[in-house]
Amino acid sequence: MTRYISSTINHCILLIGLLIMIVPVWIIFASSTHSSLFINTNGLQFFLGDNFIENYSRVLFKKSGFFNEITALKMFFNSFVMATGIAALSVITSLMAAYGLVYFKIKYATIIFWLIFITLLVPLELRIMPSYIVMSKLNLVNTFAGLILPISASAIATFFFRQFYKSIPDELLEAAKLDGTSSWRFFIDFLVPLSKTMIAAVFIFMFVFGYNQYLWPLIMTTSEQYWTVVMGLKTMYGSISDRFAFVIMSMIPPVVIIVFLQKLFIQGIFQNK
Amino acid sequence: MSFLELQNITKIYPNGTKAVNETSLNIDNGEFVVFVGPSGCGKSTLLRMIAGLEDITSGEISLDGNIINNIDPSERDVAMVFQNYALYPHMSVFNNMSYGLKNRGISKDEINNKVNDVAKLLEIDQLLTRKPSMLSGGQRQRVAMGRAIVRNPKIFLFDEPLSNLDAKLRNQMRLEIKKLQRQMGVTSIFVTHDQTEAMTLGDRIVVINNGVVEQVGTPKEIYSKPNTKFVAEFIGSPQMNLFQCKIENGLAKISDMQINLNNSLNIQDACIGVRPDDILISDQGEYSSSANLVEYLGSDMIIYSSVGGQEFSCKLSSKINLKAGDNFKFNISPSALHVFDNNSGQRV
Repeated sequence: MTRYISSTINHCILLIGLLIMIVPVWIIFASSTHSSLFINTNGLQFFLGDNFIENYSRVLFKKSGFFNEITALKMFFNSFVMATGIAALSVITSLMAAYGLVYFKIKYATIIFWLIFITLLVPLELRIMPSYIVMSKLNLVNTFAGLILPISASAIATFFFRQFYKSIPDELLEAAKLDGTSSWRFFIDFLVPLSKTMIAAVFIFMFVFGYNQYLWPLIMTTSEQYWTVVMGLKTMYGSISDRFAFVIMSMIPPVVIIVFLQKLFIQGIFQNK
Repeated sequence: MSFLELQNITKIYPNGTKAVNETSLNIDNGEFVVFVGPSGCGKSTLLRMIAGLEDITSGEISLDGNIINNIDPSERDVAMVFQNYALYPHMSVFNNMSYGLKNRGISKDEINNKVNDVAKLLEIDQLLTRKPSMLSGGQRQRVAMGRAIVRNPKIFLFDEPLSNLDAKLRNQMRLEIKKLQRQMGVTSIFVTHDQTEAMTLGDRIVVINNGVVEQVGTPKEIYSKPNTKFVAEFIGSPQMNLFQCKIENGLAKISDMQINLNNSLNIQDACIGVRPDDILISDQGEYSSSANLVEYLGSDMIIYSSVGGQEFSCKLSSKINLKAGDNFKFNISPSALHVFDNNSGQRV
């Protein structure tokens, strides 16, 4: 009986938390399916309207920006490329950096690691001018490479992978050595599959980080062709329901990535048990 | 020339610890050799140097006529079974066993045949699709063995592979390892700290202490003629009784007990060893003592007693009726005695 009560209480608390998070999003979504006129006269809506297709297709395909050169669809594409690039490159560079630091007999590995780690103290906003100068000297302004490269190495991810590698027993490497594996094959056949769960976590983290970038793409792009969703949010001057529709759509890519990778994440946890 | 030769092998760790000191050893093809010694004596280090997982500070190792000091572990053609098995957690049993073969560029069909044959031999053919996490300790042990066997290496190295198993399984696996080794005739080195394992498995035993080889010999030689006090104490269960004494003209004096050694030895600081089962209890015994404690082991029992303040144990059939506190008489045959010089620790 007490168990029943305590589980009811637990569920109530969880439900309240869920409502606090979901209701505002729902209201935005419900409002985005009404016409602007209706919202302006009746306020925010809790129930769905019938302008869903009309509003969303208008927002997706309408040319916007200062020079009307870009559609929301293109912004989503830009953001997706940028976030995926940052996440993928971060995973690759930090996996490899950690591999080098842990498994190769580097004389000052610990010092090198701490040097990498203290770059956490220098976020992009602090080094934005030098980064911009480097990129512009390399002629990478208004390119995806310019958007991605300066944010494509992550000290915190290197730290996570390093700690994880250190927890892998040495015997595994020794057994693999006796089985004739090379350094590269050990990395591909052992470390990458073993860190699958960590890779998923770092990928999610870096994807959201990349997707949320505002200042860097603002500085790196002069052409509207390279605008991202977050920049678009700032410059969306359409009607109120259009803005709501844009906000809702801007949430979709990170949510999809999280839902998709979470599955892999949980799978990994069960396999390693 | 022997199959595996170790010449003056020394290992000094960067912090100055000398793990192995000037060790020389010859091992013949097909032999089953056991390295035994207390933990930290350097036996595992020696094994790992043979495998190539540890650098050699000085000395030379040759395998099948080639010096392998600087040869990569993967090219030495040795296989090792680790204490914690070191199975690849993310690979199925089949992939665990075939990984080494794949790296050697063997064709898929041949790999399939080899893995299946070995799996049948080890009775793990039902488990090939499972992951190591889904296996019991004994099954993991078999997979680890299978992974070593399937490569058909020149030499098998076992690094305390049985110490994670429970007693019953350990005995069973011990027998199986011995049987497999006989069947396949592959030269094997087995490291253990358990003297029973050493005695039962090895064609020859190498007793190591503090990085130095104390004695090399067949189990029988080591048991019946230990070269040093250390070997005498280490091999045999229950362990050998050692009496501190003074020997004058072949007469060993252990407080008021005197044993005639039938020789003319004179040693100031000596030590006499008697195996617990060489102490014979009889009513006509020359010496007498009283039982402090009796341990009943089923067919046998062990009696703990003391003579002149020095404790000793004797092992006898439990058919004899003796309880704690009883007095008993016993004999020690001079031929069963082992005399050591306390200063050198060597057998006299």
